[in-house]
Amino acid sequence: MDFNTAQELIALCKKEDKKICEIMRLREIVYGESNADEVEAKMMKSLGIMKESAHAPLKKSMKSMGGMIGGEAQKLEQRRAEGKSICGNVLTKALIFSQAVLEVNASMGVIVAAPTAGSAGVVPAVIFALAEEFDIPDEKLCDALFTAGAVGSILMKNASVSGAEAGCQAEIGSAAAMAAAAAVELMGGTPEQSFEAAAIAIGNMLGLVCDPIAGLVEAPCQSRNAAGASNALTSAEMALAGIKSAIPFNEMTDAMYRVGKKLPMELRETALGGCAATPTGCALKCRIFG
Amino acid sequence: MAFISVFEVIGPNMVGPSSSHTAGAASIANLARKLMHEKIKKVTFVLYGSFAQTYRGHGTDRALLGGMMGFETDDIRIRDSFEIAEKEGLEFSFEANTVETDVHPNTVDMIIEDVSGRVHTVRGESIGGGKVRLTRIDGVKVHFTGEYHSLIVEHKDHPGVIAYVTTVLSKCKVNIAYLRVYRETKGGVAYMIIESDEEITKATVDEIEKNPFVKDTMLIKRK
Repeated sequence: MDFNTAQELIALCKKEDKKICEIMRLREIVYGESNADEVEAKMMKSLGIMKESAHAPLKKSMKSMGGMIGGEAQKLEQRRAEGKSICGNVLTKALIFSQAVLEVNASMGVIVAAPTAGSAGVVPAVIFALAEEFDIPDEKLCDALFTAGAVGSILMKNASVSGAEAGCQAEIGSAAAMAAAAAVELMGGTPEQSFEAAAIAIGNMLGLVCDPIAGLVEAPCQSRNAAGASNALTSAEMALAGIKSAIPFNEMTDAMYRVGKKLPMELRETALGGCAATPTGCALKCRIFG
Repeated sequence: MAFISVFEVIGPNMVGPSSSHTAGAASIANLARKLMHEKIKKVTFVLYGSFAQTYRGHGTDRALLGGMMGFETDDIRIRDSFEIAEKEGLEFSFEANTVETDVHPNTVDMIIEDVSGRVHTVRGESIGGGKVRLTRIDGVKVHFTGEYHSLIVEHKDHPGVIAYVTTVLSKCKVNIAYLRVYRETKGGVAYMIIESDEEITKATVDEIEKNPFVKDTMLIKRK
């Protein structure tokens, strides 16, 4: 029941006549440390933490440890509530939730890394935006997390989800691929379509560098989570419409990893390049650390 | 390829902001804490590399201290660990070592003293995504992750000690997944790290401690 690549997973789905989430769930029960009930309870707990972190800053905004972010979710929500949003309901809600999770994270609140803390806003943003718009129950959202986890595990095995190793494309890019595949499955797409969406999402972010100002998970991380969420939704929409990625998922994964390995050290989470190395980025660092 | 649990992808559940600098820090300290037999009285954290540069902005200090009090990565009390430690009478201090750079970027040395006066110096590294390892105990290089039921035996480097310990484990029906032995000098202090699929019982440990060359044992249950 285990798989190392997208092709192996898609083949398993066909052979067993199951969805990605069902294969991933069975795999966890067979090879993991927990039984079926424990696996279900653990995922429900993760979903609960995600939900809380995506919504809490709407009631009370939170200032980050470094002081660079806080209050973004409320600003977006206010504009949405006034009917002014130019992005439509699903995308605007996804933006709001993505900002909220990063606010919680940056103020030492509890989040679920998905696959990392810096990219923790993308998956919840997409699934809760769809849940509110299409009235999707929590059980189905749990399925979506298994699907997202399946895609993430393939990326961890064959490439990387670490900004220090392969740049932001490996963090936000991977999170977007996970969320895109989950969104496709939630909206009734096939396993093949899930991986088309995941491939498109990674391709859209190829080369993105990891350049956190002052080395903190605040900026540009927070707005990149919004970019990751919108990338996931657009990639899912394209795949559901029958559009295929020019490059298949496995090759796109390799490409992402190779690009990541070629990124200079300055652009892999060391805070020595990109946004972090701009005059304003350096000034912010001085202000925070003295 | 090694099995990756869905909860390693969708997880860990953690207090932010960083899986390596916050969650990893809490896990390192929580693992080191389990090496102590008695209540911890005092701890000094020496931070290296990226830990030393950015620990305040990442809450690494609060996470380390929280972990030392047994808080898991998703325990919101990590936020207030300074206040809680003060209330509980746990002395703590932090030092940044920016001189020594030949270490893993996210490294911390923990000098831990318990109420009986026993002191252990433990080095931990946060290796990404919240995963951690302990790499030094009292100056001896080790490698230990806490992902299995584990028994650490501190003993004199002497013929027959390993055979004695493995015989006891075999009698007690403990299957050894990994066994590593480290020593400082010939005939000096050595550490045996046994990682097992089954839980190792107190009775087994008592039997091991009967060997005159065994100085100390530390038993750690898998999370």
